[in-house]
Amino acid sequence: MTTTTRIERHHYDVVVIGAGGAGLRAAIEARLAGKKTAIISKSLFGKAHTVMAEGGAAAAMGNVNSRDNWQVHFRDTMRGGKFLNNFRMAELHAKESPQRIWELETYGALFDRTKDGKISQRNFGGHEYPRLAHVGDRTGLELIRTLQQKIVSLQQEDHREHGSYDARIKVFSETTITELLLDGDRVAGAFGYYRESGEFILFEAPAVVLATGGVGRSYKVTSNSWEYTGDGHALALRAGATLINMEFLQFHPTGMVWPPSVKGILVTESVRGDGGVLKNSEGKRFMFDYVPDVFRNQYAETEEEADRWYTDPDNNRRPPELLPRDEVARAINSEVKAGRGSPAGGVFLDIASRRSADEIRRRLPSMYHQFKELADVDITAEPMEVGPTCHYVMGGVEVDPDSGAAFGHVRGLFAAGEVSGGMHGSNRLGGNSLSDLLVFGKRAGGHAASYADGLAARPKVAVDAVEAAVETALAPLQRDTGESPYTLQQDLQAVMGDLVGIIRREGELADALVRLAELRERVAKVSAVGGRRYNPGWHLALDLRNMLVVSECTAKAALERQESRGGHTREDYPAMEPKWRQVNLVCALDGDTVQLTRKPLPKMRPELIGLFDRAELAKYLTDEELADFDALVADAGEADNR
Amino acid sequence: MSAKRQFRIWRGDETGGDLQDYMVEVNEGEVVLDVIHRLQATDAPDLACRWNCKAGKCGSCSMEINGKPRLSCMTRMSTFGDDETVTVTPLRTFPVIRDLVTDVSFNYEKARETPAFAPPPDVAPGDYRMQQVDVERSQEFRKCIECFLCQNVCHVIRDHEENKQAFSGPRYFIRAAELDMHPLDTRTDRKEYAQAEQGLGFCNITKCCTEVCPEHIKITDNGIIPMKERVVDRRYDPLVWLGSKIFRRGETPQTSVTTARQGSATPSSATRSGIHSHAGAPTTRGPRRRRRAASTGIGRCPTRPRRRSTTGAGFR
Repeated sequence: MTTTTRIERHHYDVVVIGAGGAGLRAAIEARLAGKKTAIISKSLFGKAHTVMAEGGAAAAMGNVNSRDNWQVHFRDTMRGGKFLNNFRMAELHAKESPQRIWELETYGALFDRTKDGKISQRNFGGHEYPRLAHVGDRTGLELIRTLQQKIVSLQQEDHREHGSYDARIKVFSETTITELLLDGDRVAGAFGYYRESGEFILFEAPAVVLATGGVGRSYKVTSNSWEYTGDGHALALRAGATLINMEFLQFHPTGMVWPPSVKGILVTESVRGDGGVLKNSEGKRFMFDYVPDVFRNQYAETEEEADRWYTDPDNNRRPPELLPRDEVARAINSEVKAGRGSPAGGVFLDIASRRSADEIRRRLPSMYHQFKELADVDITAEPMEVGPTCHYVMGGVEVDPDSGAAFGHVRGLFAAGEVSGGMHGSNRLGGNSLSDLLVFGKRAGGHAASYADGLAARPKVAVDAVEAAVETALAPLQRDTGESPYTLQQDLQAVMGDLVGIIRREGELADALVRLAELRERVAKVSAVGGRRYNPGWHLALDLRNMLVVSECTAKAALERQESRGGHTREDYPAMEPKWRQVNLVCALDGDTVQLTRKPLPKMRPELIGLFDRAELAKYLTDEELADFDALVADAGEADNR
Repeated sequence: MSAKRQFRIWRGDETGGDLQDYMVEVNEGEVVLDVIHRLQATDAPDLACRWNCKAGKCGSCSMEINGKPRLSCMTRMSTFGDDETVTVTPLRTFPVIRDLVTDVSFNYEKARETPAFAPPPDVAPGDYRMQQVDVERSQEFRKCIECFLCQNVCHVIRDHEENKQAFSGPRYFIRAAELDMHPLDTRTDRKEYAQAEQGLGFCNITKCCTEVCPEHIKITDNGIIPMKERVVDRRYDPLVWLGSKIFRRGETPQTSVTTARQGSATPSSATRSGIHSHAGAPTTRGPRRRRRAASTGIGRCPTRPRRRSTTGAGFR
């Protein structure tokens, strides 16, 4: 069978897997560095999940409030992630985001403007100042279209120079990579299939950038599209790389909850940034009851103060609706559990009584249409019903912060965007994803290009590895005794949603691991009916393997981490433990088994930790760390006196 | 609140196919895409269909539902009668790959031919200054989610394969318009280019593209017509001037229209013939054409089935 299988072969310098914001930005950088670059897009070009991002891209440009700068952004990011972030990534992100946003304007992006003609910036949860560059509530679309059009413009240059649009950068649309191929510990290529034809394709390339996004399809209630099956996470594991922070999943507090078929579709945080408030069935703005101690000083205590903040942010504190997402999601969960939810099992998000109909339609056009068309709700006249939805995975490939190179036992593998881990710690701030894509996409693309340059000889793809990949890919079509991939996906979603959801308990997590082990047996025998051409059942059967291993990482890490922090809430360990802040849980694959190890977090450099008040640090750090901090401050004081 | 409903879905590939009947459960609040997903999970696991966001933002799930080009994720089942059969077919203007999936590469080719944004060479990143009122016109066009429904419904190519080479379609006219109206784009020939290279002159402003746009972009009024008018403005032409006095505006004869590839004048009257009529011009795609004749009815405009075949009918 395998010997007669046709495989199309291509040679590239850099292969970028994923065509969302991070992938496209990486590819642009690799191409600008002169590398022959392939972009692998699981869907059509320009449809990636990035289009779903609504609110904006966070960058401390200071256009709306000139007090903003990278240090403030860095602080907000670390606070949002409960200090578990890789500090170096948070630093690079805060410093480089403005340049990455401005660069988009040179590619043709048209952001909303301030009165003096600069890029407008909006408020968002966890950001001290208005910081999100935006285009109404369709910023992700603007970002992906801009990058898509920049790639087209590079192709036009190549067409003029070389006579072919595809000469130096080519998009392989509706193509899925199922295996990375290695030569020893070096990346040698990638193997996959064209969705349209089911034909196989082999890329021989010394450098691969993973930019495959997240894992949300393992949950039933999710804002994520069918593509989000943890492909890059799983490819990295199987290639010998490691994942960190996999226990941290972001449940976005506001997904639609009615009608049932749209449950999980995102309602942008901009609704709250622009004045919307959360109310329970008693009409109470309940978020005032849920401000945790660590954020007490930064959030308003009364509705009056919160409302004044929109027009006078310098003299008032922020409304608690704009707490980081993990806090808001937990609060909504508690209100619903206490019997104060909306009829469809969410809470009310009200902007109708707070802003004029015109303003709502102008600032939130997509939300207006989404509710009008999918739920028959006019958001300018009545409140929305919303509840938490699985939105983003903070965990991902453990990378070198500067280059995006994967850790573990593999070279030539890079990761950027949602598939990488560390940047957001235990919880991502809204708006930090789009900027993350640009900052680390560019870095990964550039470093992948220099890595390829530095190789004396090209790694070689082994024939038997390709044959094995073919066999694995065809197996579901050749079996007719196994279960349907759709049934298996539903069962996986049930395990993850019920047992590894927003609130977790030891017994349930242990149970989840048992059930995932059973599912592993069943997934290994999955059957797909039909042929190879555009067969979604077959493709799901192949994705299941990735979803499963990534779910195992999440469940294992969630069981191990005995505390609550950010996107990981343990009912049996409700407090945040400073000892646990020093620990990253690292997943690796040993054969088929997920191995978990503890690894200390890198220590923040003095000038960065010095940006925080001692009182704030005291909420997160251990006593020993605080003693170190005090010594540091004392040293600095002495140095000043000398 | 669930009930069994009758669906007819086109199954097949480029060699042919037909409508297949399915009885499928439908629940309150569901959209057509939910029903297709249920079919995949039950009776038709290999039913091919594109989708991504399921929220009307990515433009992947375009198809023809009861003959009308729609996003299936935004087409609620409650918009059909309780006993109404829902017929789902692939986009007609593009070649079928399998079932509801078509080959939309035509659009990506046209995108590559449209000259990119030309940034001002002397303005550094970070120094771009534009007023909101000036970016809003282009922003309307940048709302486009590239669902290609406008391309699918456009009469110039819907039944005229032969026009595809010289005609970019409404999606790329608004791309040209967007760049033309971009406050800092330095190319000054966007309109002329649209006329000479993109086949703008073929468009006879029936507004079908505007009607199917899920983003409610006023493709014709705000994009195409200003591009046409300003081409006329710039190329002062006594005949055009005279014509504009004699004819209603929309019927201004476009005698100056040429396409580089055809290399000859293409009078608007010639492009009009048979364009809005959908009158089933023979094509090379036999199997698809035959089944469409049976399913959705050849000779009907998908957005306005009963409209009389006229020229420039939508333009007042």
